[in-house]
Amino acid sequence: MDFLRPASWEEALAAKAEHPTAVPIAGGTDVMVEINFDHRRPEYLMDLNRVGDLCEWEVGEESVRLGASVPYTRIMENLRAELPGLALASHTVASPQIRNRGGVGGNLGTASPAGDAHPALLAAGAEVEVESVRGTRRIPIDEFYKGVKRNALAADELIRAVHVKKADGPQQFSKVGTRNAMVIAVCAFGLALHPETRTVRTGIGSAAPTPIRAEAAEEFLNAALEEGGFWDNGKIVTPSVAQQFADLCSAACNPIDDVRGTASYRRHAVGVMARRTLTWTWESYRGARRNIEGAA
Amino acid sequence: MPANGAPTKITQGSQTKGGIGESTLRPDGTLKVTGEFAYSSDMWHEDMLWGQILRSTVAHAEIVSIDTSEALALPGVYAVLTYDDLPTAVKNYGLEIQDTPVLAHGKVRHHGEPVAIVAADHPETARRAAAKIKVDYRELPVITDEASATAPDAILVHENRDDHHSGHVPHPNIVHRQPIVRGDVAAARRRADVIVEGEYTFGMQDQAFLGPESGLAVPEEDGGVHLYIATQWLHSDLRQIAPVLGLPEDKVRMTLSGVGGAFGGREDLSMQIHACLLALRTGKPVKIVYNRFESFFGHVHRHPAKLHYEHGATRDGKLTHMKCRIVLDGGAYASASPAVVGNASSLSVGPYVIDDVDIEAIALYTNNPPCGAMRGFGAVQACFAYEAQMDKLAAELGMDPVEFRRLNAMEQGTLLPTGQRVDSPAPVAELLRRVKAMPMPPERQWESSEGADVRQLPGGLSNTTHGEGVVRGVGYAVGIKNVGFSEGFDDYSTAKVRMEVVAGEPVVTVHTAMAEVGQGGVTVHAQIARTELGVAQVTINPADTRVGSAGSTSASRQTYVTGGAVKNACELVREKVLEIGRRRFGSYHPAWATAELLLEGGKVVTDGGEVLADLVDVLEGETVEVEEEWRHRPTEPFDLRTGQGNGHVQYSFAAHRAVVEVDTELGLVKVIELACAQDVGKALNPLSVLGQIQGGTTQGLGVAVMEEIVVDPKTAKVKNPSFTDYLIPTILDTPTIPVDVLELADEHAPYGLRGIGEAPTLSSTPAVLAAIRAATGLELNRTPVRPEHLTGTA
Repeated sequence: MDFLRPASWEEALAAKAEHPTAVPIAGGTDVMVEINFDHRRPEYLMDLNRVGDLCEWEVGEESVRLGASVPYTRIMENLRAELPGLALASHTVASPQIRNRGGVGGNLGTASPAGDAHPALLAAGAEVEVESVRGTRRIPIDEFYKGVKRNALAADELIRAVHVKKADGPQQFSKVGTRNAMVIAVCAFGLALHPETRTVRTGIGSAAPTPIRAEAAEEFLNAALEEGGFWDNGKIVTPSVAQQFADLCSAACNPIDDVRGTASYRRHAVGVMARRTLTWTWESYRGARRNIEGAA
Repeated sequence: MPANGAPTKITQGSQTKGGIGESTLRPDGTLKVTGEFAYSSDMWHEDMLWGQILRSTVAHAEIVSIDTSEALALPGVYAVLTYDDLPTAVKNYGLEIQDTPVLAHGKVRHHGEPVAIVAADHPETARRAAAKIKVDYRELPVITDEASATAPDAILVHENRDDHHSGHVPHPNIVHRQPIVRGDVAAARRRADVIVEGEYTFGMQDQAFLGPESGLAVPEEDGGVHLYIATQWLHSDLRQIAPVLGLPEDKVRMTLSGVGGAFGGREDLSMQIHACLLALRTGKPVKIVYNRFESFFGHVHRHPAKLHYEHGATRDGKLTHMKCRIVLDGGAYASASPAVVGNASSLSVGPYVIDDVDIEAIALYTNNPPCGAMRGFGAVQACFAYEAQMDKLAAELGMDPVEFRRLNAMEQGTLLPTGQRVDSPAPVAELLRRVKAMPMPPERQWESSEGADVRQLPGGLSNTTHGEGVVRGVGYAVGIKNVGFSEGFDDYSTAKVRMEVVAGEPVVTVHTAMAEVGQGGVTVHAQIARTELGVAQVTINPADTRVGSAGSTSASRQTYVTGGAVKNACELVREKVLEIGRRRFGSYHPAWATAELLLEGGKVVTDGGEVLADLVDVLEGETVEVEEEWRHRPTEPFDLRTGQGNGHVQYSFAAHRAVVEVDTELGLVKVIELACAQDVGKALNPLSVLGQIQGGTTQGLGVAVMEEIVVDPKTAKVKNPSFTDYLIPTILDTPTIPVDVLELADEHAPYGLRGIGEAPTLSSTPAVLAAIRAATGLELNRTPVRPEHLTGTA
């Protein structure tokens, strides 16, 4: 196994062009596990730790540009206000030591349906900035996941950053695991309210071959909220609407039975998390509305 | 009760500081916490090679051929060995039955069985070479449960059995069967006003010790080998290793290296023989270290079990009878299965008085992973089932579950189903009373002015509930575990103790072959030596085979038996020292002849406190050394038809109260508190006692809510050999564990102590299950409980 150590981003792109099978490694929290378990023995490993700007982030007007290697700990500590869903998801990643090393770029590169960041990115809305010697492009997150552990990257491309929309409303993230910490997701659910566009977005993890959005559920809820004037009147979402939303989220799943859980449980749990996170985000939205009105 | 569960009574045993009864700190503690402790996997030797084992990828198959030529051709490879390369006629090993091939011959019987071994100059080279060995398997149908094992046309896992159990078992795929019959169950059954029945399933738990199997074999000039190894019993390893190597035992030297936990998983051999074979073949030191994946295949697990119980009781709450049948899955090789059967059957009644019983326990041979020793050893599975039965009976009778248990609790003098009388304190009712009397943790601790504190809720930071669906439940359980090896086993330990003067100070050296696996034995040995010999400076020599056997670090026996051996050897040293003193100084003071003499603070003193001499002056350059074996009272085998016999030497009792909160919609559990009360006889080191109880309690919690090796019933292959999917409790899953320690001396044991390491593992699991049942109203007849069992989505 050859070990490539590019000193800069340009060198990294050149190396990737020359060795398209090279596996990039940053925190190593995914890649090293795969190597240790002998699941893969890449011909080339490309260490990106000398490429400093991958660990930086920038808060813009509309979105946050998050370097691929920004550790989860940084997201939890510094981007809670801008990216509340992703910050909550970051909290559930493994252990403190792993959160100090791992970043969203690894989750995207591996593209496992169980990656904790995916539901939050899907719900918030994001674009993945990828680059090769041929140039840069931004892949919308909805088009990024292509299959079990397959993403939309070309062989010569590297993930440089992810642009995540800044929260314009409450966001939540829930993950079911069979232990109270340091656990891989049995299934996970992200929900973001977008009051500016009067839409909701969802993200489901570990309940289909790829991370997915529950689009039918979103459409149903968008329509129900609009129809009832909920965004304006701030009423409590009726239990039947919440339940139908939950049922549609369950229906969006296409899970399997495996050693971590049954398909039937995953469908069930996604529904429960959908209902609860809707309640929490909507309560928060109503609270914020009340506060604004109170101040005005 | 003192804050955070410190033991209630601490008695000072001696004037010498650091003696028994004190919480002296363990010498390995700081090193382990700071990461500086040298574990067996850290060993290194100049010019050493790395060993790698090729394991079967299927559970049951005939080996048609093995081709090692490509592996041997790889540069850097020094040796590739298969069954055909074994040097002597002894090609099997085993704790009791030598049924386990060192390397597979003609057949593999479980997933991950060793087939070939490689030595190379780099671990990656060794791994690649192993991958190049071509094994052609012809797969056989797998035997995975009692039905497939005893079907009329079942393939025999082991043909031509001639072990000492083969004559009395009803089928060759049954390793051992132990019935226990006493009284008249049919008559007693007629007296019962209520009868409850239950079918229980116990999943396969792994010891999950953190230091994987590892060792270093160094060839020696005399043709022998020196093995540095992490194990639980050096001399048991030695007995099994030497014949396979074709060496006399004195040419196989063994030294214990840093052990990263054991819990029973190091009772059987793992890589010991493989490393020695490669070292002797290549003439070079060979190191083998399993990774986590291999470790799951490299040691035996806790027997999964199916248990069928029937209990009866009168309306006023007295147990009438018990019938049970316990089927343990021993997997492909016998390991400790026969002894586990003995424990499961003889302790199947629990700590209760029941005169009329009909008990049967068996262990199967199957193609599942081999199962053997693990903390609790057969008593764990039974406790899970009989405690569920006690709750069912109490519910049927409309009685409080604790009061019902107390009404039927055994005590000193109770006759066990084996006909053995309990001849030391058995404070079962008192432990239950104490654990129930502990203050309850406050309700709804997650509520705060800033909303829900998810760390206090099921799911924790995974943020699955802010209180929705959360219901509290409380459950109780109590258990009984035997201490020491039972059924007539000659269970002795050897200790060598030396006293001498070094640099003007009296110094004691204790040398045993006891495996320190984290239990704190070396700490306790130093305490015993200080108490008995009144010397501050005690050195504990590394454990090796230059001294006699110390028996196994298991069965809660080491403080009792090797501690007893150290105490005994110290007493003999004291007698010799006093003899020297009498010889030298007897004429100067009449007290040398007339008074009871003690060694305290480096001096010889009378029991009245008068100082007669300094030890330094008494010894005057002489060295006093004693090596002596020590035994607890003998036990007897159980009768093969009736199960009668004085099979056990001592019992250990613990009771738990579990408080859980269950997210009933998602099926997630948070154990809020696991309170424990245990009788320890005498706490030689109260802090270690607390650690054992809290550790055992947590291991019991693990198998209640998460720990299980999942084996595919169609292929008998292990589905989750990793810490990603075999989950053990993290600190965030570990509840507050208040401990109430009772010290009722067992007059037959050294200092009155009671073996303590296993009992808390027994009752913890059923207490958690009872609490989850209380919260959910579900029957829950299997452990571990998974979210799908609590949500109807299994």
